[in-house]
Amino acid sequence: MMGTEPPARDLVARAFTRHHLSWVDALPWLAIAAVWLVAGDYVPLGTQVIIMIIFALSLDLAVGYGGIDTLGHAALFGSGAYAAGLYALNVSSEPVTGLLAAGIAGAAVALVTGPLVLRTRGITQVMLTLAVSTVLLEIANAWKPVTGGADGLTGFRIAPVLGAFRFDLAGNTAYWYGAAVLAVTFFLCKGLVNSPFGLTIRGIRENPVRMRLLGVPVRHRLLMLYTISGFFAGWAGGLSAQVTKLVGLDTLEFVLSGNALVMLILGGTGSLYGAIVGATVFVVLSDRAAAINPFHWLFALGIVLILAVRYAPAGLVGLLRFRKVPR
Amino acid sequence: MINPSTIATLLVDGISYGMILFLISAGLTVTLGVMRVANLAHCAFAMVGGYLALALAQSWGWSLLAALPVATILTVALGAVLERTVYRWVYATSQLGQILMTIGLVFVMIASVNLAFGSSLHTLPMPAWLAGTWQTQAFTLSVYRAFLVVVSTGLAGALWAVLEFTEFGAKLRAAVDNPRMARCVGIDVPRIFAITFAGGCGLAAIGGVLGNQMLPLEPWYALKYLVPVLIVVAVGGLGSLRGSFLSALLLGLIDTFGRYYIPAGGAFIIYVAAAAALLWRPEGLFARA
Amino acid sequence: MSAEPPILEVPILEVRGVCKSFGALQVARDVSLALPAGARHALIGPNGAGKTTLVHLITGLLPPSSGAIRIGGRDVTRLAAERRVALGLARTFQISSLFPGLTVAENIGLAVAARTGVEIRPWGSLRRRAQVIDEAASMLEQLGLLALAGRAIASLAYGQRRLVEIALALALKPKILLLDEPAAGVASNDRGMLLDLLLSLPADLAILIIEHDMSLVFRLARRMTVLVDGGILTEGSVADVRADPRVRDVYLGSRHHA
Repeated sequence: MMGTEPPARDLVARAFTRHHLSWVDALPWLAIAAVWLVAGDYVPLGTQVIIMIIFALSLDLAVGYGGIDTLGHAALFGSGAYAAGLYALNVSSEPVTGLLAAGIAGAAVALVTGPLVLRTRGITQVMLTLAVSTVLLEIANAWKPVTGGADGLTGFRIAPVLGAFRFDLAGNTAYWYGAAVLAVTFFLCKGLVNSPFGLTIRGIRENPVRMRLLGVPVRHRLLMLYTISGFFAGWAGGLSAQVTKLVGLDTLEFVLSGNALVMLILGGTGSLYGAIVGATVFVVLSDRAAAINPFHWLFALGIVLILAVRYAPAGLVGLLRFRKVPR
Repeated sequence: MINPSTIATLLVDGISYGMILFLISAGLTVTLGVMRVANLAHCAFAMVGGYLALALAQSWGWSLLAALPVATILTVALGAVLERTVYRWVYATSQLGQILMTIGLVFVMIASVNLAFGSSLHTLPMPAWLAGTWQTQAFTLSVYRAFLVVVSTGLAGALWAVLEFTEFGAKLRAAVDNPRMARCVGIDVPRIFAITFAGGCGLAAIGGVLGNQMLPLEPWYALKYLVPVLIVVAVGGLGSLRGSFLSALLLGLIDTFGRYYIPAGGAFIIYVAAAAALLWRPEGLFARA
Repeated sequence: MSAEPPILEVPILEVRGVCKSFGALQVARDVSLALPAGARHALIGPNGAGKTTLVHLITGLLPPSSGAIRIGGRDVTRLAAERRVALGLARTFQISSLFPGLTVAENIGLAVAARTGVEIRPWGSLRRRAQVIDEAASMLEQLGLLALAGRAIASLAYGQRRLVEIALALALKPKILLLDEPAAGVASNDRGMLLDLLLSLPADLAILIIEHDMSLVFRLARRMTVLVDGGILTEGSVADVRADPRVRDVYLGSRHHA
């Protein structure tokens, strides 16, 4: 069309960065398989790790890529969790559709609150995300007939996955179900980040004014990203509900949002891998430490946060120098 | 429902709650306005002030009024020390980094307070002359609440006087309006900020001590009341003391009246109101143009 | 330069009586301008005259206090900046406004993707979109930047960044191009290439150029508007404006005070 030589086209094409699949991507799956094979007792913990990885991935989309500072992501997780629980209770105990319902619930809350949250910046934005989360928490607390209030939502059964895999007491089905959901999530997130939309989001992050002058409706694109992030957060919540068969108010609390943000700072934002590393490290550590004394854990966490931001703002991934490089 | 006695009580309750929120928020709005630092640990200083007063009351039997100035001074000292140390790091990082660091600081403070006092709720012993109510024909007035309104108004007035009539106040106003310009005309902005930060912590401590009947002390205090404080600051406009004063009053009144008249959804009303206000004016209702 | 033919069709860009004040400070005073398709129009004036502000007003980054702006006859005064781009408006910035973390190719690719509507797609990859790659490659080649395709913006020389800045606007295939001091900071030996580029732009593209480099202006422009203190001092063909004594006074220092 333009008469360019193939070499020029190749040169230009290669100048577009993307996440390349490499041997590193196999590591999480090896770890998942290894835990199941070798450390069977840790399978339930492993499932928790998987759920949190998905949640952290969703947060990374919003915070790491979109630059949307949110301390209220639990609102989306909890919405998904309650949606999955209510779906199983009232519509069908089939898990996959329940998971989709959870994702849609998370996306819906993001879509509705997004315009307000995105209209603001800085501490006002943070405050609004906190406020949204608090409002949802209050609603869940007060709406006892539907949500079970402080006692939580229980008593729903989850049918076997794909009709064949029953949820066993040892948690094996839950583990592999979670792993499958994680695989799909990671695949979709990777696709998103490598897509034209992913480049647009990076552009918005770098220079929103210029993007507007390229004709891109910046706020609309950010809302799209936030909604997609909400979908994955909701779906993480739904997974949690289906696996534990219980949905409590803790799915909407600030603690959850804060933890997810800590996972990202530990692992590193804006790279997807950071979410995996950070979530794993955090869940494993907090499981051990919180059992000893939650307040001592909180103290240590606070110190770690301060030091991490000061000395390792790019997280473990940054330290290990896994960066996306144009080839 | 609409009887004057109830209205009067609700008014006083709402105003006193608003004033406490203002005292706690005042420091935050100024530091946000001058240095644009997302300091989510601000509410923790109110908590620390309250707990220091509690320690004085419990260990040495001091009364509320005696403990107040000492607790405030100690909190100011803590704020000053932290400003010179941890907050140096905070200024140097990105917005997200500031949020995370100050959250880390909150965690440390919450855990420390829990270590010292345990996790149950505490209120400070109230002196006898503050307890009780004034009964008149028209209405019943809580002495404590009236005292709160008087003291807070006095403090707000003193703040305003400092801003308007002192050299420090003028420099501070300049620093808030245009930090870069202020530096160019020779105003030592970092020093102004350090003093303001410490002062803000002191005000927060006063709010924490005086308001502890309404906002009881517990380790999670620092996070629990963070959202209302942030709402006050955001709706009032970052950097605007006048804005915070007005939005705090508004929030106090809306919350009190809302909870009374709509028990089911009353708690949400401030969030809905805040959302509406910010939708209309994202920089704050009373922010300067 | 010969006399201008009368304007027969609707001007592609029209600014009518635009005023803008910030409180007591008036930065634009009843500014009017009309550009036909193919215009080569220069906007000159001393620093602080409000030239860049006018561009902000035209592109929609600033709302005017009063007045109207029309693109292709259509009133866009209340239209958001991103929508005006869709109508064919593009601009460059006085201080390069690029995407520093992205490569040169990605910068241009983004502009092409934005124009063709591909930028919203949440799947696939821009690498595989032949149209985008081809266009970006051809633009880079035309500007002699092909070898730099994979480099980060931060590693480019300033003159090269100014070229990318223009490329970003050209990739939008605009009908109206607003150039804000394109030669600012560009070394004098590179200015020749810049001028060649500007002279080679499509004849039907309307160009409004703010510049202080008069040799560039005189080679490129056919008409000029002189802006002083936010208001128009004079407007006309390049020859007329050059000869106007008031313009010389403005530049040489004996300013008339209002």
